[in-house]
Amino acid sequence: MVAHYVMSIDQGTGSTRCILFDQGGRLVSVAQREHRQHYPRPGWVEHDAMEIWRNLEHVAREALGRAGVSAGQVAAVGIANQRETSVLWDRRTGIPVGRAIVWQDTRTDELVAEFAQRPDAAIVLERTGLPLATYFSAPRIRWLLDHNPGLYERAERGEVLFGTMESWVIWNLTGGPNGGVHVTDVTNASRTLLMDIRTLKWDPELLDFFGVPAAMLPEIRSSAEVYGTATRAVPGVRIAAALGDQQAALFGQTCFARGEAKCTYGTGSFLLLNTGDTPVLSTHGLLTTVGYRIGSEPAVYALEGSIAITGALVQWFRDNLGLISSAPEIETLARTVDDNGGCYIVPAFSGLYAPHWHSGARGIIVGLTSYITKGHLARAVLEATGWQTREVVDAMNKDSGLDLRTLKVDGGMTADNLLMQFLADVLNAPVVRPMIAETVSLGAAYAAGLAVGYWPDLEGLRRNWHRAAQWLPAMDPARRESEYSNWQRAVERTFDWVRPEHN
Amino acid sequence: MPGPVQSIERAAAILRLLARGSGRLGVGEIATSLGLAKGTTHGILRTLQGVGFVEQDKGSGKYQLGATLLHLGTSYLDVNDLRSRAINWADALASRSGEAVRIGTPLDGKVLVVHHVFRPDDSLQTLDVGSLLPLHATALGKVLLAYDADVASQIKDHELEQFTRRTLATATTLNRAIGKVRETGWAAEVEEYNPGQASIAAPIRGYGGLVVGAISIAGAAERLCPVADRADPAMVTFVQNAARAISRDLGAGRW
Repeated sequence: MVAHYVMSIDQGTGSTRCILFDQGGRLVSVAQREHRQHYPRPGWVEHDAMEIWRNLEHVAREALGRAGVSAGQVAAVGIANQRETSVLWDRRTGIPVGRAIVWQDTRTDELVAEFAQRPDAAIVLERTGLPLATYFSAPRIRWLLDHNPGLYERAERGEVLFGTMESWVIWNLTGGPNGGVHVTDVTNASRTLLMDIRTLKWDPELLDFFGVPAAMLPEIRSSAEVYGTATRAVPGVRIAAALGDQQAALFGQTCFARGEAKCTYGTGSFLLLNTGDTPVLSTHGLLTTVGYRIGSEPAVYALEGSIAITGALVQWFRDNLGLISSAPEIETLARTVDDNGGCYIVPAFSGLYAPHWHSGARGIIVGLTSYITKGHLARAVLEATGWQTREVVDAMNKDSGLDLRTLKVDGGMTADNLLMQFLADVLNAPVVRPMIAETVSLGAAYAAGLAVGYWPDLEGLRRNWHRAAQWLPAMDPARRESEYSNWQRAVERTFDWVRPEHN
Repeated sequence: MPGPVQSIERAAAILRLLARGSGRLGVGEIATSLGLAKGTTHGILRTLQGVGFVEQDKGSGKYQLGATLLHLGTSYLDVNDLRSRAINWADALASRSGEAVRIGTPLDGKVLVVHHVFRPDDSLQTLDVGSLLPLHATALGKVLLAYDADVASQIKDHELEQFTRRTLATATTLNRAIGKVRETGWAAEVEEYNPGQASIAAPIRGYGGLVVGAISIAGAAERLCPVADRADPAMVTFVQNAARAISRDLGAGRW
């Protein structure tokens, strides 16, 4: 019997990665290719969507080649993607209108401030569960339409299409200008500010509010269903899932029940809590989002705590300060000392996200004395990730009325044992890493496999989940409290550092 | 103490000469500069080329310093780096074999556990990263002894502790076992550390094929070595494949 696999494509912020999984949810082969980050002006971040598509074709071939597998042995492809990054392209030629605007890009801050002044601005939070912020897609579409003459009219005629990265990828996989399927899934659509989170449909009033023509939008589909068959990269293979990367990780961690949560540690970190089939609106700075939707079943919602800078602080420590030569070495350096020596780093590089949402905050290092060494700084770098997680968990417990008992973690930073132990210590809860740290890719594979019957049901997927490591809290409670209070005092000192411009 | 080795002194002089100049030099130029016979110079250059310390330009036939030499100071692999780069393959190995996985590096005559993946049965297990294991009584240790002369010399004059009646506690039996590891490319240990337990390990190689650590599975002897105390070939293949995948990611190339 010929073995069959599920292919997962993770179109991420830094790279595009292709992984083949077997029936046991085990990694068979990996291929990855980074793409260029363009920073044309301060606050602007762009990707070349064509480069990303070429990389995807390359990594798909490479992953198959490394495993010695033909496209015919792939049961389905699932896609996970960087969320909110937006691209417009010409339906006829397949050529993007300029570069894709990345989720970190803050060029729309003035536009967002204008939107927020409008008397009907409250409908945004009410319908979408999200605050008006530069983070999401709709203001970017509007910015692109405003800055390209004639584009609005072409968009109205459906000649120019909008998509987040999964839409772009699926359209290209299914033929591009030759019959490409223009779709998005509920999780990605829930991050545009254009979809009603309850009806799961584009909301005419929101389209009107942002001035976005309906003709340019993709069709909203479930996260797990067959969208079409690939004609390029992996010809003949069914494309059967799409999820935003953080929702994919929630799915990959098999957080299928209400009250189950995971945190993915990457450049930034994202804690998502499954809240079941009803959206919970936050009063503590969290986002309400769609977790996933399988076929025609009801959607499952989630509360999300987004932390902008975690792994990025380690990268900054490596690249801008040059105190370590690779990211994992932060642990080696941190272990040269026993504690932070009284030093705290709050990485509010572009303001603070959840639960504070202070865009005028900027990063600080406090508690510096002549005693502090680079080892203490390394500790403070890792601890910043621990405390930021604690703040989000506190907010989540208040909003959901649930009490987080264990935290499932994944992502590159879970290889850092010092950080994982600190996390268990400050949360006062066990921290558990699953057997596959690549949960984003696994989640997309699971959803695709489920859609085509490669895996029978959610219970089957749950049986694939195994504990690979566990860290138990061991910190003295009095010390936990005093350290947390120091951290909170440090955070307060970052607020409002950027003064509003006086005109 | 024997005196200085002349050919090594000459090799050092050639490297200094190549480092000093504008880069490429021919055999004749090198021989003239150092007052050596051309044949001798050629022999030394060929040897240096073999270990990657010099490279020969294909077009001109001239010699220059090799990439290996330039990376000599930075080829040291941080243990946290090793874990980070091995984590996916270690997970896959635990998942395939159904056993606990450890990655070890040498430290002061012991094996330092730098990574540990639980046996995937969701039973209560404790993370033992940072703990030390004996070199002579574990599969991890035997691999490290087999491929690192420095490690082997560290336990040469030490008494080998007898953990069980099957521990290889004499230099003769241990050396024989290590010789076999070098032949087969993997190591096993059956009830030599803990009764009822066994382990299988293979080397993790870094840049240029240098062994930087070892990866093992450990568990009940009846599962790992079901027949006549011999390691299950399927289990050995799992371990070797994981070790090769990690080595490839670390830049080991042909292993």
